[in-house]
Amino acid sequence: MTGSIAPRTEIRLAGEGGQGMILAGIILAEAAAIYDGKMAVQTQSYGPEARGGASKSEVVISAGEIDHPEVLSADVVVTLSQEAFDKYASTVKPGGLLIVDDDNVRSIDVPEAVKIPIGRLALHTTGKSITANTVALGVLVGLTGVVSREAIEKAVTARAPRGTEEMNRQALQAGFTAAEQVREGGSK
Amino acid sequence: MSIKLMQGNDAIGWGAIAAGCRFYAGYPITPSTEVAEILSRELPKVGGKFIQMEDEIASMAAIIGASVGGLKSMTATSGPGFSLMQENIGYAAMTEIPCVIVDVQRLGPSTGQPTAASQGDVMQARWGTHGDHPIIALSPTSVRQAFDLTVKAFELSEKYRTPVILLTDEIIGHMREPVDLPDFKTIQLPEYRLTKKDGEYIPYRNEPGDVPPLANFGVGYRYHITALFHDQQGFSTQRVDEIDPWLERFNSKLDKHLDDILMLEEDRMPGAQLAILSYGASARTSRHAMKLARARGQKVDLMTLLTIWPFPEAQVEALGERVDRIIVPEMNLGQLAYEVERMVGRKKVKRVTRANGEMVTPQMVLDALEG
Repeated sequence: MTGSIAPRTEIRLAGEGGQGMILAGIILAEAAAIYDGKMAVQTQSYGPEARGGASKSEVVISAGEIDHPEVLSADVVVTLSQEAFDKYASTVKPGGLLIVDDDNVRSIDVPEAVKIPIGRLALHTTGKSITANTVALGVLVGLTGVVSREAIEKAVTARAPRGTEEMNRQALQAGFTAAEQVREGGSK
Repeated sequence: MSIKLMQGNDAIGWGAIAAGCRFYAGYPITPSTEVAEILSRELPKVGGKFIQMEDEIASMAAIIGASVGGLKSMTATSGPGFSLMQENIGYAAMTEIPCVIVDVQRLGPSTGQPTAASQGDVMQARWGTHGDHPIIALSPTSVRQAFDLTVKAFELSEKYRTPVILLTDEIIGHMREPVDLPDFKTIQLPEYRLTKKDGEYIPYRNEPGDVPPLANFGVGYRYHITALFHDQQGFSTQRVDEIDPWLERFNSKLDKHLDDILMLEEDRMPGAQLAILSYGASARTSRHAMKLARARGQKVDLMTLLTIWPFPEAQVEALGERVDRIIVPEMNLGQLAYEVERMVGRKKVKRVTRANGEMVTPQMVLDALEG
């Protein structure tokens, strides 16, 4: 308990209320804590409205004990809406990774941003734009390896409503593929 | 069981079930609503009752009634609801009826900010209801502790016949962490009540430091309950010679049992002249800051209070004798710091406060350690 701070990976997922970014954070934390055997803490903030308004989910992952539960300096920021981008894009630490859904975010003034049309990929892959949060998880894990692909797939299917497991698996795979294309492209 | 990712509020619900709570009455309010959600689903499965009341005043009244009727009872709320509950919390304290009140603190005053975090109800938990009275308040720092301290809240409430406040906050309530809860069968609280008629019963017997057992209504004893000052039989009295011994017992009934009631965690470092003292979500920040400070060579002690009320006076006083300076981070303008200052003097205490709905950061604590 008196040890030093264990290295932390800090992830911030943001979108509009209703886009499922809080659920995405929960799934990511479950992948880390239940299936990869790491420590994880998930926190969230949202407006009082049930839909709309910027919604933010934070996940801290570490091999050791996690004390302060919130993101202090984000290694990764994912934004799925313009409002979320405007509010949180600047919170990624220098050298960190900013993933932007350029299908939903039109005005992107950060050259280092990794732009992937997450909303459109979701619609093309599953026919349902509400799977965008799962596609985003695929992109995130594909680009960072913060949890294993096996872990995130188990966590996604465990949380998917009955009968939608395959659809969510496909959405996740679409995210993995998009991440591979970015990596092969060699540039952000 | 197995490892699950669980929210603090869910852990509170499960803690209540494990402790044997079989009655919940409440009025949902952010950020406590998950406690009501889980108990509305789970209580009926174990033969318990869940009632959504018309407001928080009625919710408190309902759990007091259910408790006298023989069921371990709980409600959950947040600041605005906690304010409404104060009158009946006083009733429960005065009539010595066990009950557990969960307050998931949000930013106040008044309606404030429903989804924003706060530790602004520290003093309200102690003095929110009028008149001198004993009260217990426990404050968890993790999801697992939210479970454990809920169980403990029921135990202390039954044992000392007092309302117990589980004083948590939006951060701990909504935070998800992996937990492996114990098998509920391993959690067996002793029975402190009279559950069958056996000889004479004096409901408010005044032996100093004593907690007379509560006889559940319906077991065969007829006695009177009133929140007026009452004699040993429970009937109202204005006689000072009856009020004085009652006052003496009532206001000292926790004092003889502080070893059982006061829970705190200490992480000491030989030669430390600095200490951080905190509770609830701010204790997580404090532990983080302590590690950073030690990594840069500072000798720092850490004290985390799990029991806030009664305030651990002797322990904080002893800390003040060991170190020169105590940093008190909290998400309010310095409520617990008042108590620390009372024990060690204002000059030794450095407040680190934030009351805008955001957590205190480790850097704020580090800066205070420097200053």
